[in-house]
Amino acid sequence: MSEDHALFIKKVAEKYGRDPTRLMDILLEVNARYGWFSEETIGHIGEAMDIPRVKIRDKISFYTFFSQKPVGKTVIRLSNSVVEKMKGAAEVARAFEDAVGVKFGETTPDGAITLTYAQCIGMSDQAPSALINHTPVGNLLPEDVGDIVEAIKNEEDISQLPQALIDVNLRRSGPVVFAPMDAGTAVRAALKMTPEQVIDEIKKSNLRGRGGAGFPTGKKWEACRNVKSDFRYIVCNADEGEPGTFKDRVIMSERANLVFEGMTIAGYAVGAEYGIVYLRGEYEYMLEDLKRILEERRKKGLLGKNILDKKDFNFAIRIQIGAGAYICGEESALIESLEGKRGAPRERPPFPVEKGYMNRPTAVNNVETLCAAARIMEQGADWFSTIGTEASAGTKLLSVSGDCSRPGVYEIEYGITVARFLKMVGAEHAIAAKIGGPSGRLVAPNDFDRTISFEDFSTGGSVIFFGPGRDLLTHMKQFTEFFVEESCGWCTPCRVGTTLMLKEFDKIIEGRATRTEIENIKKLGQTIKTMSRCGLGQTAPNPILTSMQNFPELYEAVIKPVDYIGTFDFAKAVSAGAEITGRKPHSDEEANL
Amino acid sequence: MSQETVTFTLDGVKVKATKGQTIMEAADAAGIYIPRLCWHKDLPSGGNCRICTVMVNGRPAGSCLFPVEDGIVVENNTKQLKDHRCQVVEMHFIEGNHYCPSCEASGECELQALGYYTQMLTPTSPYLRPKYEVDASHPDVYIDRDRCILCGRCIRASEFLDGKCVFSFEGRGIHKRISVNAEHNLGETNMEASDRAATICPTGALMIKRTGYRIPVGKRRFDIHPIGWDIEKKKKSG
Ligand SMILES: Cc1cc2nc3c(=O)[nH]c(=O)nc-3n(C[C@H](O)[C@H](O)[C@H](O)COP(=O)(O)O)c2cc1C
Ligand code: SF4
Ligand code: SF4
Ligand code: FES
Repeated sequence: MSEDHALFIKKVAEKYGRDPTRLMDILLEVNARYGWFSEETIGHIGEAMDIPRVKIRDKISFYTFFSQKPVGKTVIRLSNSVVEKMKGAAEVARAFEDAVGVKFGETTPDGAITLTYAQCIGMSDQAPSALINHTPVGNLLPEDVGDIVEAIKNEEDISQLPQALIDVNLRRSGPVVFAPMDAGTAVRAALKMTPEQVIDEIKKSNLRGRGGAGFPTGKKWEACRNVKSDFRYIVCNADEGEPGTFKDRVIMSERANLVFEGMTIAGYAVGAEYGIVYLRGEYEYMLEDLKRILEERRKKGLLGKNILDKKDFNFAIRIQIGAGAYICGEESALIESLEGKRGAPRERPPFPVEKGYMNRPTAVNNVETLCAAARIMEQGADWFSTIGTEASAGTKLLSVSGDCSRPGVYEIEYGITVARFLKMVGAEHAIAAKIGGPSGRLVAPNDFDRTISFEDFSTGGSVIFFGPGRDLLTHMKQFTEFFVEESCGWCTPCRVGTTLMLKEFDKIIEGRATRTEIENIKKLGQTIKTMSRCGLGQTAPNPILTSMQNFPELYEAVIKPVDYIGTFDFAKAVSAGAEITGRKPHSDEEANL
Repeated sequence: MSQETVTFTLDGVKVKATKGQTIMEAADAAGIYIPRLCWHKDLPSGGNCRICTVMVNGRPAGSCLFPVEDGIVVENNTKQLKDHRCQVVEMHFIEGNHYCPSCEASGECELQALGYYTQMLTPTSPYLRPKYEVDASHPDVYIDRDRCILCGRCIRASEFLDGKCVFSFEGRGIHKRISVNAEHNLGETNMEASDRAATICPTGALMIKRTGYRIPVGKRRFDIHPIGWDIEKKKKSG
C-alpha cells in the first residue's frame, strides 16, 4: 500500500520533471488522488522532489484546499461570505447538516462526505452557493439540499443538477470587454506596429490596471521591457478572491479569447515568450474549456512559434490553478505561489517588473486589463480615451451583489454616479454600499452622488448593497473575520493586529464599549494600515474604519456614555464561591477599592 | 571610486550612504538606531516584524529591506512611528505567552529590550493565550513556542549559515507557527547545538539546554545597556 503510494507520487513528480516550481501542480494531483496529505504522503513528496519535508508541509498548510486530515470522497464547501450569509447560507448549512448527518468541519463516518465552509467562491450573484468538489452550485434553497445530498450518495454526475447551471448573469455589455470579437483581430493589429509603438499606444489610451491598484498599464509594460534580461514573463491575474467579485469568472467564461489575445499582445510588447494564467482554485471547473480555447488558438497560429508568420515572435500560455488563498491575488504572493512556495508577498522594491517570476522581469495584469489592452489594439487609443472620464478612461466591470433586484456583472463607463448605478441594478432602497469589497469602503447614502472612477470611488469591481434593516456592524465584523482568516501571517501587524481588531470590535457590537474603545480601535487600525507589509494588511481595517467615518450614528447608538468598562467582571468571577458560602459579593466599586 | 555614494535625509539630517545599502545599514553607519526585531546582522532580512518601518517620502517602508536612493527623505523618530512601533511590540507580547520574570532569556531578550525601549506599558488588548507544548525532544536544544514571535531568524540561519533546513513555517495567519524538518519533533532532525540557528533566536523560544542561568540576572546584555546603545554610541563618540 505504502509502496504504491510512494510510486504514484514519484510518477507525478517525474511527470513535472521534479521541477520545484511545479510543486503546486504536483500537490494538486496528489490531492486529487488522496484528498488529503498525511505525514507519510508529505514525506514521499519530499523524497520524490528532493525537498525537505518541512518545506512541503509549509506549502500544504498554507492553502485552504489542502487538508492535513482525512476528508470525504465528496467535499461540500459552502460559501459563508457576507453576501452568502445575507442570502440565507445559515439555513442552507443547517439543511446540509440534517441531510448529511454531520456538522460543518466534520466527515461522515463512512468517509463519503465532508462539510466545510469556504470564503467567497465567486458566486455572490447566485448566493447561497457551494462547491461540490470542483462543481459550483448556486441559488441554493434549504429544500433542495436533500436532493443534492441524495445525488452525491448515489454517485450521480453533480454537474447535471439544476443548481449546477451557472448563470452568466451578464446584465450589461459595454464597448470594451463584452463587445463582439473575432479571435486574432487584436493580435493582428498589434503586430502591424513595433513593440515600442504598442506600448506608446497603450500609454496614450490612459489604460490603468483593473485589479485594484490602478497602475498605468503602458508604464508597467515599458518598465518590464526596459529591464535587461534573458527572459520575461506575462502573468494574467485571475485569482479573483475579493469577496463579492465574480466579473473575472464571467470574462473567463465569455471572453477567454480576448484575455489570451491581451496576454499575447503584452508578450509582444514587453518581449516575453511565456505567459501564465493564475486561475483561482475555485474556478477549476473552467479549466478544460480554457485549455480547448488555447489549443484552438495554437491551431490558428495565434500561439506558438512565429505567431501569424511574424518571424521570431513566439508566445506560449499555460494555466496554473491555485489552491484557495485570497492573498495569492496580490501580485508578488501570486509569483511566490507560481514558483511552488507559500503565497507570502515579497518586499518591494524590487517590483515584479524588475524581478518577478523566476527573478525575471514580469508584467502582472488583471484579466480585465488585458481585455482592454486587446481592444485598444483593435480600436485605437483615441477611441478608448473618449470613453469614461479624463482620469479614468474606458469601462469598468462591476460585480453586483447583496440587496438588489438584478445582481450580476455590469460593464459601465467610468464616471457613473452611485445613485444612477443603484437604479440600474435595482438597489434604490440601499442604506449602504460596500464599494471595493471588504478592502474598500462602506459608503453612506449622502455620498451616493459621487462617482465610480479612479479619482473618486476606485474599485477592483466588487459592489455589495445593503438594504433597509441590515445590521451593518455585524457585517463589518464578518468582513474583518475574512481578513483574519486570509492574513498570510508573514508580518506581525496584520497577523496579530487583525485578530485584535476583531476582539475590540466584539466589545463594541456587544455593547461593552465606551469612547475609549472607539479611540483604541482607530489607533490600532492606523497601526495596522501603516505597518503592514502588503495591501492586505494595509486595507484590512477598512470595514471598521470607514464605517466609523461614514456611519458614526451606528456607533453612538451602542457605546456606553462612561469612560471605562473593565474587562474583568468581579461579581461573575466570585459567583461560584459566593453561592457556596452563601455570601453576597461586594459591588464593583467596593471590590475595586 | 568603485562604489557609488548617495545622499539622503534621515530625520532632517543629511546622511551619506553607499548605493546598494539598506536604509537601516546606512542609518547604523551614521549612528542612528532604528528599532528592529526580526533583522540580524548575519542574515538576509525577512521583513516579518515591521518594527523597523520608517517613512520614505511620506510612505511607509521596512528600513531593513528598503534600498537607499539619492535624495529620499526618511523619517524615523516621529511620534507617530514611535506609537505604531510600540503597538507592534505590544502585539508580539499579546500573541504569545511571555512570562519574563521566569524566562531564562530575560535580560538577553530583544523583545523585552524593545518593550523598554519603546516604553510599552501594560498591553491595551487582552492576551491571546495560545496553548503550546515545549519540544524538549532534542538532547541539547529545545523549542518553547510560547515565546516564539515568528521572526523567521532560525529558518534563515539554518538555511544560510548552517547549510541545513531544520525549520520552516507552518499554517497561515494567526495559526502560523514554527515547524521542524521531521515527522514529529526537533529530536529527529539534524540540528546540532553548534548550529548558528541554535543561538540566533531574539527571545527565549529556541534555547540551548543547561545554559539558561549562566549569566546572573543584572549582568545580562540588556541589564547593562539598552538595545540600540551600541549603534547610538557611534554617533556620540563622533
Ligand atoms: C490582498 C490583495 C489581493 C489582490 N487580489 C487581486 C486579484 O484577485 N486579482 C487582481 O487582478 N489583482 C489583485 N490584486 C492586485 C494585484 O496585486 C496587482 O496590483 C494587479 O494584479 C495588477 O494588475 P493590473 O495592473 O492589471 O490591475 C490584489 C492585491 C492585494 C493586495
Ligand atoms: S500584510 Fe498580512 S497578508 Fe500582507 S504580508 Fe503581512 S501578514 Fe501577509
Ligand atoms: S524560534 Fe525564535 S528565531 Fe525561530 S521564529 Fe521563533 S522567535 Fe524567531
Ligand atoms: S527588522 Fe525590518 S521588518 Fe523586522
